[in-house]
Amino acid sequence: MSLEKVRKINGRSVYVPGNDIDTDRIIPARFMKCITFDGLGEYLFYDVRKDLDGNDKNHPLNEPRYFGASVLISNANFGCGSSREHAPQALYRYGFRAVIAESFAEIFFGNCCALGIPCVVATQESIKSLTELISVVPETEISIDVVNSEVCAGDLKFAVNIPSGAKEALMNGKWDPIEELQEAEEPIAHLVTELGYLKRS
Amino acid sequence: MAKNLFQKVWDAHAVRVLANGQTQLLIGTHLIHEVTSPQAFGMLRDLGIKVKYPERTFATVDHIVPTDQREQPFSDPLADAMIKELAKNVEEFGITYFDLSTGKQGIVHVVGPEQGITQPGTTIACGDSHTATHGAFGAIAFGIGTTQVRDVLATQTIALGKLKVRRINVEGSLRPGVYAKDVALHIIALLGAKGGIGYAYEYGGSLFDSFSMEERMTVCNMAIEGGARCGYVNPDQKTFDYLKGRPYAPSDDDWESVVDKWKSIASDPDCAYDDIVNISAEDIAPTVTWGVSPDQGFSIEGKIPDPMEQTDENERLSIQEAISYMKLEPGQPIKGTKIDVAFLGSCTNGRLSDFREVAKYIKGHKVSPDVKAIAVPGSQIVDAIAKQEGLDKIFSDAGFEWRAAGCSMCLAMNPDKLVGDQLCASSSNRNFKGRQGSPTGRTILMSPVMVAAAAVSGKVSDAREIFQFDAV
Repeated sequence: MSLEKVRKINGRSVYVPGNDIDTDRIIPARFMKCITFDGLGEYLFYDVRKDLDGNDKNHPLNEPRYFGASVLISNANFGCGSSREHAPQALYRYGFRAVIAESFAEIFFGNCCALGIPCVVATQESIKSLTELISVVPETEISIDVVNSEVCAGDLKFAVNIPSGAKEALMNGKWDPIEELQEAEEPIAHLVTELGYLKRS
Repeated sequence: MAKNLFQKVWDAHAVRVLANGQTQLLIGTHLIHEVTSPQAFGMLRDLGIKVKYPERTFATVDHIVPTDQREQPFSDPLADAMIKELAKNVEEFGITYFDLSTGKQGIVHVVGPEQGITQPGTTIACGDSHTATHGAFGAIAFGIGTTQVRDVLATQTIALGKLKVRRINVEGSLRPGVYAKDVALHIIALLGAKGGIGYAYEYGGSLFDSFSMEERMTVCNMAIEGGARCGYVNPDQKTFDYLKGRPYAPSDDDWESVVDKWKSIASDPDCAYDDIVNISAEDIAPTVTWGVSPDQGFSIEGKIPDPMEQTDENERLSIQEAISYMKLEPGQPIKGTKIDVAFLGSCTNGRLSDFREVAKYIKGHKVSPDVKAIAVPGSQIVDAIAKQEGLDKIFSDAGFEWRAAGCSMCLAMNPDKLVGDQLCASSSNRNFKGRQGSPTGRTILMSPVMVAAAAVSGKVSDAREIFQFDAV
C-alpha cells in the first residue's frame, strides 16, 4: 500500500468561525444511518447550512466566493464531541484537504490524520490575520507547508504547530498505520499472553 | 519510580514505539456498536484481513434501536439495514454479540461493566467518545474513529500519542440534592470544554472514594466533554466487589491473584502528575447548562451571561450564538425556563441507581401535562431489575413513559427525537445544537433528579424546592 506523502497543501480557503464546533454540527447524527461513508459530503454542516426546507442559509460554505475551497479555517476545540469519523469523511468528501484552527479535539485530530488530512494549529492572531485577508481577497491561494510547519497566504506567513507524530506520518506517507501495526504480529501475541487477561476464559 | 495508573497501564500495553514516535498500544478489550463499525468491517474485507483476536471484541446495538416498537424489521429501513449489517459482521468474524434477543443488550457503556468485561488495569477502546465511562474501573478507556476500529479488529492495537495526566481531587461530601452528574458538569464548567485536550483525567479525593461505581461511571463518562480523551478512578474494594461474580469477571479460582494485580496498578501514593486541580465538594451546586457546549453551565441559581461583558471576541461570539440558539436573554435566571420534554437515560445516567434515586422523589408526583417525559433504561438488565423492583410502575404512575433499552434521545438516531424548538431537560451528556434530533431542538443538561423536578414542575427547577429532601 503506497500512500501519498502529504507535504504541502495548496488551495483556497473558507472560514467557519466559532469555538467548540462539534462533530454533531459537522455531520448531524441522522446522516450516520449508513453502512458506508459514501455521500456524506453532501450533508457537511447540514443543519447550519440549510433551513428546515433544505434551502441555503447564511453560511460561509454557501457563499459563492468561497466555492472550491479546500482548506477550512476555524477557531478553538474544532471537532469536539462525538468520535464519529463521519465528520472528517464528510469534510474530505466535500473537498477539504486540510484544516487550520486554534486547537483540535483529539479524537477528531486522530481521525483526520488517519485519512491524510493535516490539522494544523495556529494562534488566534494568525487566524485573525488570515481570515481578514480571505474575507477581502477570497481567491487567495493558501499554502500549508507540513514539513516546515508554516502557512503562507499572499504576503502573510506564519508558523503553525503540527504534533510530531502526525507530521512524520503525513510527510512520509505513513498516515494510514495498518501495515506498520501488522508488522508487530509476534510482539503483540507475546504481550497478549504476558498480560494474561486477554486469554482468561 | 513511583507511577500513576495511566503510566502503568500504558507501559504494560505498549507493544513498541513506531517510526513517527507514537506508541503501538495493545487494546485489551474492544467494544463495538452498529454506527461506527460497519465501515471498519468493510475496510477489512477490502484488505482481505480477518479479525485477529475475535474473542476480545464485544458487540451490542444501542444507537439506532427504537425504545418502543422493537419488532424487526424496524420501521426505519436505514436502521434495519444497520442492525442487519452488524449481525452479519459478528457472525462472519466470530464476535460475541449482545443482541436484542439475549436480554443483555443495552448501551455499550452500560453493558461492558454489567457483564464484567470492563476491568481494572486494562485498555478499552470503542468507536464512541463516551468510552471514557469504563475508566471508573481503573481502565484506560477511550473513543476511537472507524479507521482505528479497523486497526483494532485487524491487529488488536492502535497507534497513539501518550497523554499527560491531570489529577482532579474532590474533597468532602456533596450537599443534599447534589449528584455525580453535578460534579461532572461542575468540572467541565470550571476547566472548559477544551481544558482536557492532551490529558487523561485521574479523578480522586474523598468524594470519589465515597462514590459508588455507578457514580464514578457518570463522572468518567463526561471526561470527553471536558476535552479529556479518558478519565479514570483508581480501583478499590468497591471496584472488586462490583465485578465479583459477573459473567466475564475472573473466576473464583483466579480471583485473589487477579485482585492483587488490580491493586498493584493503582497510582502510587507519591507519584507525579502533570497537573493537579483541587475542588471542594461543598462548593458544587445542582448544575445545569444554559448554552450549546457542555462547559456553558452553572448553578441552578445562575443567570444567563451577557456576551457584552466578554473581552475575548471568540468567547463573546460563542455566548451570543448559544443564547440566540437557546432563545434565552442575558440576565435571565435559568430557573423557571419552561420545558417541553424530560429525558431520563443515556450512558451518563441510565443505570439502575439513577432510576432508583429518581423513584424515591417522584412517588406521589405527576409530570406536568405540558411535558412529554420518557425514562429509558440503559440496558435490558437495568430494565429487568427495575421492573422487579417496581420502578417502572412508579415512573408510569408519575406520567413518565417507561421505554426499552437504548441510547434513545441522547442523540436521536432512533424515533425518540425533539420536535421543532422543543426544550428538553436531559440527563444525557451533550447540549450541542441539534443533538437531540431536531435541527432547532434545545437541551439543558442536568442530573436525573433535576430532570424529574423539571418534568413535574414543567420548568427548570431546583429539585430541592420541588421535592422534600429532608424526608427521604
